[in-house]
Amino acid sequence: MADQTLRQWLLTDTPTSRRHAKLSAIYQGWLSFRGNTMAMIGLWILIGLVGIAAFAPILSPHNPFVQDLGNRLAPLGTESHILGTDSLGRDILSRLIYGSRITLYIVALVALIAPIVGLLVGTVSGYAGGWVDVVLMRITDIFLAFPRLVLALAFVAALGAGIENAVLAISLTAWPPYARIARAETLTIRAADYISAIQLQGAGAMRIITRHIWPLCVSSLIVRVTLDMAGIILAAAGLGFLGLGAQPPSPEWGAMISEGRRFILDHWWVATMPGLAIFTVSLAFNLLGDGLRDVLDPKGGE
Amino acid sequence: MDTLLDVEDLWVRFPSRQGVFDAVRGVSFTLGRERLGIVGESGSGKSMTGRAILRLIRPPGIVEAKQVSLGGVDLMQKTEKEMRAVRGQRISMVMQDPKFSLNPVMTIGDQIIEAYRQHNRASYAQAYAKALEMLEAVSIRDADRVMRAYPHEMSGGMGQRIMIAMMLIPNPEILIADEPTSALDVSVQRQVLDIMDKLVKTRGMGLIFISHDLNLVADFCDRVLIMYAGRIVEICKADKLNEAKHPYTRGLLNSLPRLDTPRDHLEVLKRDPAWSEAPSVSGRL
Amino acid sequence: MLDIDALNVWFGSGRDRVDAVKGATFTVARGESFGLVGESGSGKSTILRAISGLAPHWSGGMVVDGTPLTKVRPKAFYKTVQMVFQDPYASLHPRHSVDQVLGETLHLHGFGDIDARVVKLLDDVGLGQKFRFRYPHQLSGGQRQRVAIARALAPEPELLLLDEPTSALDVSVQAEILNLLVDLRRDRGLTYVMVSHDLSVVGHMCERLAVMQNGAIVEIMGVETLRKMEAKHPYSQSLLAASV
Repeated sequence: MADQTLRQWLLTDTPTSRRHAKLSAIYQGWLSFRGNTMAMIGLWILIGLVGIAAFAPILSPHNPFVQDLGNRLAPLGTESHILGTDSLGRDILSRLIYGSRITLYIVALVALIAPIVGLLVGTVSGYAGGWVDVVLMRITDIFLAFPRLVLALAFVAALGAGIENAVLAISLTAWPPYARIARAETLTIRAADYISAIQLQGAGAMRIITRHIWPLCVSSLIVRVTLDMAGIILAAAGLGFLGLGAQPPSPEWGAMISEGRRFILDHWWVATMPGLAIFTVSLAFNLLGDGLRDVLDPKGGE
Repeated sequence: MDTLLDVEDLWVRFPSRQGVFDAVRGVSFTLGRERLGIVGESGSGKSMTGRAILRLIRPPGIVEAKQVSLGGVDLMQKTEKEMRAVRGQRISMVMQDPKFSLNPVMTIGDQIIEAYRQHNRASYAQAYAKALEMLEAVSIRDADRVMRAYPHEMSGGMGQRIMIAMMLIPNPEILIADEPTSALDVSVQRQVLDIMDKLVKTRGMGLIFISHDLNLVADFCDRVLIMYAGRIVEICKADKLNEAKHPYTRGLLNSLPRLDTPRDHLEVLKRDPAWSEAPSVSGRL
Repeated sequence: MLDIDALNVWFGSGRDRVDAVKGATFTVARGESFGLVGESGSGKSTILRAISGLAPHWSGGMVVDGTPLTKVRPKAFYKTVQMVFQDPYASLHPRHSVDQVLGETLHLHGFGDIDARVVKLLDDVGLGQKFRFRYPHQLSGGQRQRVAIARALAPEPELLLLDEPTSALDVSVQAEILNLLVDLRRDRGLTYVMVSHDLSVVGHMCERLAVMQNGAIVEIMGVETLRKMEAKHPYSQSLLAASV
């Protein structure tokens, strides 16, 4: 009998081992994701972003910090400065490339802190019920009530300006919605027969939450996080714009828009180029999130 | 008996990553002013047949037939806009769970009145009176109270009777009932069936009754089509069901536990691939 | 094996309290198969949930194998009593393979030779090895129910609670599952308490049965009485009449 091709092996309905089953599930999820063109565009943009950030020193034509006051506010298409220069003569393209590292840094930190805290709080709250639920949800409400910028200002006042403090401020205000989602999902899942069944095997709360509830909550959280990334980037850019985030001369995209604000009438590219960069990355995250939801949404089939 | 509906060689296909799946394969039958039962297990294509007649199957599903004629006019040739005049108006459908077919945020009265005014020019007062009349026709006693109530306040049996009332308002020629009593308790089932029976007879309608319950269908209908794997494998008169010849039908009958014939083990249906490969038996008269 | 005495089960409290089961009393002998029939809302499934420990508010007496049941069930209880749920599409975790489901169950009960036992369990319920690593969405309704039965059998229980195990299945599949349950009971000496709304299924599977209406048991009869249609209580009679 001829050997099955790898593709057939992965598409099988009768897996022969644990590894086979897992790989098959991942492959089929990938195929259905790949069918969504918009999502693939989003994915490629983000892969490009990671690539640019990783290879910044190689890709960037100039040093992003070197000033050239004689060549301030050079327009688009100037020789050796494709995207022009800013008010201090620094090459905008190089600053955008290096700024992608900062953007990724912010995204990674927030994506690590906020959904995980939200998942923990939400699932424990939803599963335990009773006063645990009430207390945790009131704590969530308190954090939800904090306006992000005011909190960032408070942090800056207390701890000094800087990107880490901005990220902290954003994360602290970003986790409550994830807690709410996780709790809502947990309440639905908790009533299911398969949870009753495992309770009848003597499983404790920890095992049920981590091995039975988390795998089901994670999909909707992942989707929500990618869709929120656009907002996170904009929030960081907003803080940068206000001078509360990354400090000069750091090439953070929001700070670049702020610096370029004064010249927007005559030298529009100084503010617009970083704006376009933020727009592209936000759009990419949105498209990716949409595609992921189609793949991971349990109602759409596994 | 005149023919209300003539279905010839109906196919319903669903393309998927693993190839094309044929849910209904060459089904043909005619429906007169009678009660026709379509029986099959899950995956037999019985529900798909009902939906295909009403052209309710959306892409990527593909529906093909030599003809699906209502009163001589082929429904397959009609545009979507023309089908809207057929659905509900000339052919109505009652589905399994009234919880999912009734709008939960409108009162029952509003829904019935809306349904009526969609198909008839009438003032609100006229429609209200007609709605009361319909509710009484389905043996709902407290019609005024029911008009003001919301669907979730109704029991399953009442909800289903309300659905039947709504579906019969436009005076359709054919009613397709897809598992209308499967979600109901045994005692309520009989009630709902009696009402459907009475209404169908008095209005001279044709009824297509789709179910998985062979005995129920045999009890209620005049003719029974048995479907397996998208094909019709046997047709018989309801009262002659016990004399059914096809091994699948016999297998289904024998695998049911019966109070009057206790057995140690139930007979397990051995599926013969020949059943799905054989051509569909035609139910056209 | 099972002794239920004046069992009351309720949900909610105060004004919103709903009494699902009122004063239910019956006994099931070891090795017997006992049926609970009634319409929806009669409380039959609630009794099973109360016995298995899934209903929080109950009063009255429940004795399993000589031991009275308390509010919190000890681990040993789950080695004696197990349950098979109604909806095969909801009783298996969508992200766990069959192997994980059975393996986790065996692990929780402290068995060592998990691989060997998983293989044997799958054979006992009539599923072969090729089903071991499938996910629920790759299984049919009947196959899922077999996995659920295997899961219930994993801790080697003595009392099996069956909540309408075949009502979500096709007629032909129902026959296979009922035959499987009959064989398992005979081979392992199990005691069954089976809930169903279908009198002919109960007539086939059970030796004695209780008819429930609105939370109360109105009659307990042997299966012969059922077959001869000699029910005494008017509700039982109407239920019988409607089912035939």
